[in-house]
Parts: sequence; structure tokens; C-alpha cells
Amino acid sequence: MSDAHAHSVAFVRDTEIPAAPPPTRETGAVKWMRENLFSSVANTVMTIIGVLIAWYLLSGLIPWIVNGTWQGDDIRECREILGDSGGACFAVIRERWPQLLYGFQYPDELRWRPTVAFFLLFVAVPPALFAMFLPRWTLALTALYPFVAYWLIWGGSVLSPVFVAMGIAAGYVVFTRVERRGFVPGLLAAVATAVAVWWLGGFVVEAASGVLALEPVESRAMGGFMLNLILGVVCVSLSLPIGIALALGRQSRLPVVKGFCVVFIEFIRGVPLITLLFVANVVLSYFLPPESNFDLIVRVIIMITAFSSAYIAEVIRGGLAALPKGQYEAADSLGLDYPQAMRLIILPQALKISIPGIVNVAVGLFKDTTLVSVISMFDLVGLIRGPILSSTDWVGVYWELWAAACILFFVVCYGISQYSQWLERQLRTDHR
Amino acid sequence: MNKTIFVATAAAAGLVAIGAQAQTLNQVQERGTLNCGVTTGVPGFAEPDANGVWQGFDVAVCRAVAAAVLGDPEAVEFVPTTGKTRFTALASGEIDMLARNTTWTFSRDTDLKFDFVGVNYYDGQGFMVPADLGVSSATELDGATVCIQTGTTTELNLADFFRVNGMSYEPVPIETGAEAVQQYLAGACDVYTTDRSALAAQRAGFENPDDSVILPEVVSKEPLGPLVRHGDSEWADIVRWTLNAMITAEELGVTQDNVEDMAASPGDNPEINRLLGTEGELGAMIGLDADWAKNAIAAVGNYGEVFDTNIGESTAIGLARGLNAQYTDGGLIYSPPFR
Repeated sequence: MSDAHAHSVAFVRDTEIPAAPPPTRETGAVKWMRENLFSSVANTVMTIIGVLIAWYLLSGLIPWIVNGTWQGDDIRECREILGDSGGACFAVIRERWPQLLYGFQYPDELRWRPTVAFFLLFVAVPPALFAMFLPRWTLALTALYPFVAYWLIWGGSVLSPVFVAMGIAAGYVVFTRVERRGFVPGLLAAVATAVAVWWLGGFVVEAASGVLALEPVESRAMGGFMLNLILGVVCVSLSLPIGIALALGRQSRLPVVKGFCVVFIEFIRGVPLITLLFVANVVLSYFLPPESNFDLIVRVIIMITAFSSAYIAEVIRGGLAALPKGQYEAADSLGLDYPQAMRLIILPQALKISIPGIVNVAVGLFKDTTLVSVISMFDLVGLIRGPILSSTDWVGVYWELWAAACILFFVVCYGISQYSQWLERQLRTDHR
Repeated sequence: MNKTIFVATAAAAGLVAIGAQAQTLNQVQERGTLNCGVTTGVPGFAEPDANGVWQGFDVAVCRAVAAAVLGDPEAVEFVPTTGKTRFTALASGEIDMLARNTTWTFSRDTDLKFDFVGVNYYDGQGFMVPADLGVSSATELDGATVCIQTGTTTELNLADFFRVNGMSYEPVPIETGAEAVQQYLAGACDVYTTDRSALAAQRAGFENPDDSVILPEVVSKEPLGPLVRHGDSEWADIVRWTLNAMITAEELGVTQDNVEDMAASPGDNPEINRLLGTEGELGAMIGLDADWAKNAIAAVGNYGEVFDTNIGESTAIGLARGLNAQYTDGGLIYSPPFR
């Protein structure tokens, strides 16, 4: 049959046709555009409008950046150089860059100190953020960092941060010894020890104030992006433990503890941050004697920390509520007491659930630090709004400075949110 | 230690209202620095330069007082204040004096319990409009949208002016001068109103200053001057007469350059000699050294020099003396005699 068939038809293909390339409209960029940009009339219209908007924005933005100049010592020189090109006057950023970073009062010759403190941050933070990859002892670097950074930024004798650190270390040692008799006595003993060490240290520091002393810098001299970073880092790291304590306190069976936490959280959440800052700046100075200079930065740190810890407490309470009751019962049935159950079973799971919320609060908090400009502290925004925009040299410059501020904030906030997404992937133990 | 601080705090807080403020001079001398409240930035009046050093017309008053009291014009702690925080900062004792474009008004002098010690700049509220609006008088502004800084006397003057003239307006409230200018340039408002000195300073920074005109009307009196708290007249005297010394120095021809010579070899003009402390006991009467006024003038110059270097016609701001000329030149700047 097959033979007959072979003779009865004119042509039988015995090899496969080589694969032809698909038609142009079904491949590559063209296909992608057809499917994604021009798949329907409505989509086409939207694509065209989108392109026009992008074109409009870029046609303004790109010449502005490309024609911009970094030369000139004031806005008049800048405009002379620019002529009619419509470029930006980036010279203001060149001239005032150190001010944007450090504020205008931090002594020039000492600027290396906050710079060193900033780069040490990259040594100190990874042990806490990437604890699963680094040996445990590196956490000691993190613990040391606050004292080193304080010493570098504010200066003064090295003894004061050393004694503060020693007080905390002594308190911890005492805590580990006394903890066997219970958590609360341990905590009390630890606090008592720390206070005793600080009290003794106070005398030593007074007697030997010159030991390894860096030139002291007043809090009032802090400014620029440095101030935002100081407030952000300090307040986030303080408000996390306080927020956890408040969240646990709110679930406590002891009415006094529970009542205190509820009142604190609800009061703080019911008040805008800006009011708290006004209280810190203005109202407190009515109650304190004129010469008792209760440091403004400390006042602001206390207020921002109180504010963000109330929010973090609510985020963590959400995490605690999300845990099945069985987890609590499992901890009880293992014979763990309350601190152990929390530390070993409840909190690790609750915190993991709360990460996105916590990071959300942290990013918001970091941006909220710019609110201190309203109480005439010269953080990045305050510095731009006040001294730079109204200096005779640069009055009339505007967008260049805000663009610089945006970039600085974006880098930090985007970094934080990328980290939190990575952390969520790392800690994901369920199956998807 | 903590307990002592707490007790001291409570006790001192109780004392504050009673008598602790009566020794501002002692506190300043003990501390070694003068806490002087300034703006967060007004071109020509108070602005930190690229090196972070405060410069300006109001700043010079702070430096003059520091030089008179402490002998060092650098011994000033400048405390930047906003329109909202300035009065509480002064009332609470955080600053010893305020030199911050503050208008001397009845209620601030009496109800807020401050003492204005003089006037270092006679200002008045004006209007700036785009030239192509074709307006030549503020009375043609019926129905205009007006950019206005909140929390200032200009806000109230604006309302008064439009009410008196039976016109209506749409206010666009704004926090700082720089933002107001952006709104104005972006066309968010037809008119920008504030003190005429500030208008001139802002206009000088425009890309095309000629596109905007400042209308001839001056709708308010804005005598700007330094102020101190009620309750310490000795301190008020020191600030008042330091300002007067700068004004008198211009009147008598004492300048930053020749003040040392004049003090070293007293001439035969008794008022100059009394001013510079080579004759009489004026310094002792206000509890300062005999050369207090000489120090102040040597530090910042006389009133006219301060005006010319910071806001005068040779600067970018380019303000004419106008009302702020000496009374001998037809202005209002007038100091009582040093006698």
C-alpha cells in the first residue's frame, strides 16, 4: 500500500521543515507591546496618554538636570552661567552640602566625628539585622555602638559613656544571677545595680573629666540630615523594646499594669506628634528653671519615642492576637513561666507576623523626624526652609534643594523597606 | 543625685515667676554667653552664611549687646525661633532677648508682658503684584487672592485694610517667606503681602525682578525692634542703650574704623567722650565697664554701617534708608542723648 501510495502522489516530504521564525508581530518587543500596551482601544488610548505625560515630565526634567550647573557662588552668578538654558542651579547643593548633612552649627573641623559614627553604623547594625549569618559575638559590636557613637558625636570625656555602659553591663550580670529567683526580683536588682554604678561613675567623671576627652559639641549644634538620622535611629531602636513591653502589658492580667499601658497607648495615639513636640519645646521650658538646660534633643527623643512605641505596641498586639490560643496553652503545658513562654514561644512568632507593620512604623517615624523643623530645630527640612532658602545668596533657589532632600530620604527609606521584605522571605517557614 | 536635681528643679520652678528673672545681667555674665533669639532666616536680617556664622541686621544687635556686656561679640548663642515659638522662648527664659523682626504692638508690650526697648527698623506692610496684572494701586485689588504668612501682624493688617476699603480677598495662608514666594511665582496668588523690607529682599532673588512691582501703598506701621521680658528693667536698659549707642555713634560720626582712635585719644566733643567712656560714669550706671559702648561699636559698627553692610543699597537686598535715616536726614532714627 505504501508503495502504491508513494507512486500515486507527486511529492512526499520525508524531512521536517526547519522551524521558521515566528511572524514579527508575534515575537519580542512587538508582541509584548501588542499584548500589554495596545491590546484594546481603551488600552491604546491610555498608553498614548501615559506616553504623553511621561514625555511632558521628562522634557522638562531632563534639560533641567542636564543643563544644570554646579558652578557659581550665589544665585546671581548661577543665573549668569545658565543664561536661558532653563537648567538647575545645583551650585547651591555644592556650596551648602556640608550644611545639609551636618547642620550649620556643627564645627567644621569636627565633622569627621559624625562621619565616622555614620560609617560605624554599617559595622554595628549588620549583626542585629543579619543575625542568622554572623557569629553571635558580633552582637557585642551592636551593643557597644550607642556609646561609641554618643562619644564621637557629642564629644566629652570617654568616661561618661563608659560608665553608662558599665552600669548596664553590671545590671545584666546581676540579672542573670538573680533571675533564678524570678524575673521581677532579677529586674529590680539589675536596675538597682545599674543606678549604683551610674551614681559612683558620676563622681569619677566629675573628678577626671579630661580623660580621652574629645571637644564637646552642644546638642543645639546638631542639624541637617545627621539630626534626622540620630533621631530616627535612636527612636526606632528605643521604641521597639518599649513597644513590646507596652503590648505585653496591655494583655497583662494585673489591672494596674494593664490600665497604665492602655491609658498610655490610647492617650499617645490620640494626640498628634506635632503637639507632643510643641510640648517638648515650649511648654516644658515653662516648668523648668531657666538655667536647668534639659537638653532639647533629649526632650524630642523622649516624645518621638513615646509616640512611636505606642504605635509599635499596637502593631505587636496585632501579632500577639494572631497567634492561635494553642501556642499559649502549649507553653503552659511545658511548664514554662510567663517570661520564658513569651521569650521562647510567643514573641518570636508574634514579632515575625508584625514585621511589615513595624517597618511601616519605622519608615513613617523616620520621615516624621522632619517635623522637628516646626519647633525651630534645623534638621534637613528645617535647614532648607529656614537658613538656606532665605539667605541673601540663595534666595530664589527652591526645587534643587528639595530634590536633594528627597534623594537622601528615599535612599534610607527604600533601604529599610527592601530589608524588611528580605527579612520576611528569610523568616517564612510555612509552605506556599 | 537625681533627687537633688528634682528638688532643685521644683524649687527653682517656683522661684522663676518671682524673682529669678531680675538678674538677667548676672546670669549672662555667669554663663559667659548671651542667648539671643533670632529668626530661622530672613534675608539680610538674620541668616547663617556658608560657614554657619550668623549674619544680618538683627544679628548685629545681638552681637552689639554681647560685646557691651561680655566684651566679646562672638559670645552669643543664637537661638532660632519661628513666629510661633518666639514669644514662649522669651517668656520662659530660654533666651535673654529677642531680635527678630518683631513688630512693636500694644498687646505684645502689655498683655504678653514684654518690653520693647526701641526700634531698629521702621517697616510697613506692602503688596507685590506681577507687573502684567496692570495694577498700580492696592485699592484696585478687590477680589484678589493674597499669599499671607500665618501668625503675623501682616495677616491682621491685611484684613483691616480690605475691610476699610470695602473690598474682598481670598487668603492663601503660608508658613514661611520662601514658600510664599514660590506660591506667588507659580501663580497660586495674585498678590504677596508682607513687610516691604522682606518684599524687596525676596524680589531681589527673583529671576526677573522687573516682572513684579511693589505697590506704593504702605498699609501698616511695623516698627521692628528688640525686646526683653517684663520684670528686669536693668537688663532692658542695657539692651535699649546698646541700640541707642549704635544710633548715636552714627549721628556723631563714630565708626567701626575710628572708634579705637577716638577712645584712645579723647577729643573735645563731650558727648562722644561720654559715649566711649573716656569721660563720665555712664557705664557704671548700667552696671557695665566704661568702654561698653566702644566695644559694641568696635564689634559691629554704628547703625548706618550695620544697615549698609547687611541690607543697604550696595547689597543684593538694596533697601534705601527712607524712614530709617537719622532724624537729621529726615528719617525717624533718633536716640535720646547720652548724658
